[in-house]
Amino acid sequence: MTHIGAIMLEIIDLHVEAGGREILKGVSLKINEGETCVLFGPNGSGKSTLLAAIMGYRHCKVTSGKIMFKGQDITEMGVDERARLGIGMMMQRPPNVSGVKLGDLVKATAKGDASVLDKAESFKMDNFLGRDVNVGFSGGEIKRSELLQLTAQKPDFVLLDEPESGVDLESIDLIGRKVHDLLYTKDGNKACDGSRCARHVSALVITHTGQILDYIGADKAYILQNGVIRCSGRPTDLLKDIRERGYKECISCRMVNIEE
Amino acid sequence: MQNGEHRGVKEALDRAGAYGPDVDLSQFNVGESDLEQIEDLQKVDADTKDLMVNVGVVSDENGRDGSIVFINNSMSHCSNKTEDGVELLSTRDAVAKYDWLKDYFWKAVDPEKDKFTAKTYIEESDGYFIRVKKGYHAKNPVQTCMLIKNKNTMQNLHNIIIIEEGASLEIITGCTTDRHANNALHIGVSEIYVKEGGSLAFSMIHNWGEDTTVRPRTGCILEKDAKYVNNYVILNPVGTLQSNPVTYLNGEGASCTYNTICLAPKGSNIDSGGVVFLNAPNTNAEIMSRSITNGGNMIARGKLSGNAEKVKAHLECRSIVLEDGGLTLAIPELESTVADVEMTHEAAVGKIDQDQIEYLMSRGLTEDEAVSMIVRGFLVGGIKGLPPHLMKEIDEAVEKANLGN
Repeated sequence: MTHIGAIMLEIIDLHVEAGGREILKGVSLKINEGETCVLFGPNGSGKSTLLAAIMGYRHCKVTSGKIMFKGQDITEMGVDERARLGIGMMMQRPPNVSGVKLGDLVKATAKGDASVLDKAESFKMDNFLGRDVNVGFSGGEIKRSELLQLTAQKPDFVLLDEPESGVDLESIDLIGRKVHDLLYTKDGNKACDGSRCARHVSALVITHTGQILDYIGADKAYILQNGVIRCSGRPTDLLKDIRERGYKECISCRMVNIEE
Repeated sequence: MQNGEHRGVKEALDRAGAYGPDVDLSQFNVGESDLEQIEDLQKVDADTKDLMVNVGVVSDENGRDGSIVFINNSMSHCSNKTEDGVELLSTRDAVAKYDWLKDYFWKAVDPEKDKFTAKTYIEESDGYFIRVKKGYHAKNPVQTCMLIKNKNTMQNLHNIIIIEEGASLEIITGCTTDRHANNALHIGVSEIYVKEGGSLAFSMIHNWGEDTTVRPRTGCILEKDAKYVNNYVILNPVGTLQSNPVTYLNGEGASCTYNTICLAPKGSNIDSGGVVFLNAPNTNAEIMSRSITNGGNMIARGKLSGNAEKVKAHLECRSIVLEDGGLTLAIPELESTVADVEMTHEAAVGKIDQDQIEYLMSRGLTEDEAVSMIVRGFLVGGIKGLPPHLMKEIDEAVEKANLGN
């Protein structure tokens, strides 16, 4: 067991190709245990590719650089091994899996523990357990399904790709609270009282609107542009800058490094 | 009753089947028809019991309204808990008992079709006779088991099923060979009649030997508003199996569904189809075929023939090919002789979507587990009304097959 404050994830000069094009052109970042980092950046800057490369999806080919997780080099590791090491991902557009029932997948994710299915109700997904995974799900239903699966998976580090996108305002509250529970209580069962619970789960979160930051505290933010990290800083500061001046202005400013 | 009617049947003895490799019948001995009776299915030898259990036979007969077991050509067991509604006999006994049976005898299958039907006709083969009386709804399924016990043996059976007006029944059949029964041949001629408003669900699970030859010949005639569901499951390698049951929807509002689920590993040679003639207005048919090939040969045929107005039918052949080699062939056919029909087909052959596999793996499932889960979903998803024991068999076979490599 790693102690609080140890390095959870370290990415060193990562270059990644997808669809025959270099998308990430030397990305380095570090996330400590219990830390939540936010990734900003315009569309097409490579944010989703970075998350997919950390998860180990084969369409993202690492051409150079390294991904270290809990002190291990996982650059060449399979998706399932990474998942079993403690990485989980909430995909923005997960594939439809016809014929596979959501309940069966959630149960398999919990390694056969059927009691996790009882939690479906609190995700408003109890009526979806008998349905094919993602088939005909709305935007909000996909998010809630992903979060239910992650709750069954209990990762130590989660990759959240735009958790609030395509979700109506009413659903955002439920999703925000569930993301909060996922990060702040390891069993996802009892809610955190807010002040004293230990922060165990680390996260890297992509957000455009910053709405999810109303539910989780973020320690650090990066701006990714054209496959490189252009800027890092306090999440609220960066979000304010982006809102006021857009990415162009932000990117032209000098890079500020707050890494100690 | 067989003499005189079909003059061409002798010639038909040399007629190869329309599909599938030809079979030399002279290399097989006709199976014995005088084997010892089994009074209690729980008291058979352990080997036989295993064989039966593997194809879904419940040996204590709990939850079954009746049981029929054929070993080679002998009706070795016949028990019936619901004699008031369901009649179970050997075909020979039924022919002796009912003069009216001649109206159903070789009326849904032509004995001159090929050498397999001709042989069964000439041998006056025995088989089972199942009749559900008018208006009777059987609560539990009747189970039947076709077992070939000896090598070089030909099992040729002639079965007749009659579901009378408004009656309903579910039949669960398991077909299997003893592991010593090398080079066996199964011929099963089945004639099925579902009368007005009747309903039959017929599920078959096959577990043949790796050098068994299987040639079922099935014909099914449905009257007005009759329903027929046929589930056909093959999960183990089979020497050569060729089956192409034909259903005639002759009464208005009749409907039928064929569901075929096959695993075709190396060594499997499956040619499985289905033909439905929609001969009356407002009839419906659905032919669904799902197969996984990993080195075997899998031909999925399907033919819908629309010959009356307002018929609606759909045909679907989908196959996942897991590795190079073998053959996967989908042959969907639609034909129509009238204008006002709605018939569609869909065929797809390809690999499993890599994104789906990785998605499940990102939840911690191994590649094997992910592929198994997707394959199982592919095989049974979208197919309605599969009995629980078939689901269980499919799950076990998919698990055993280690499909992920």
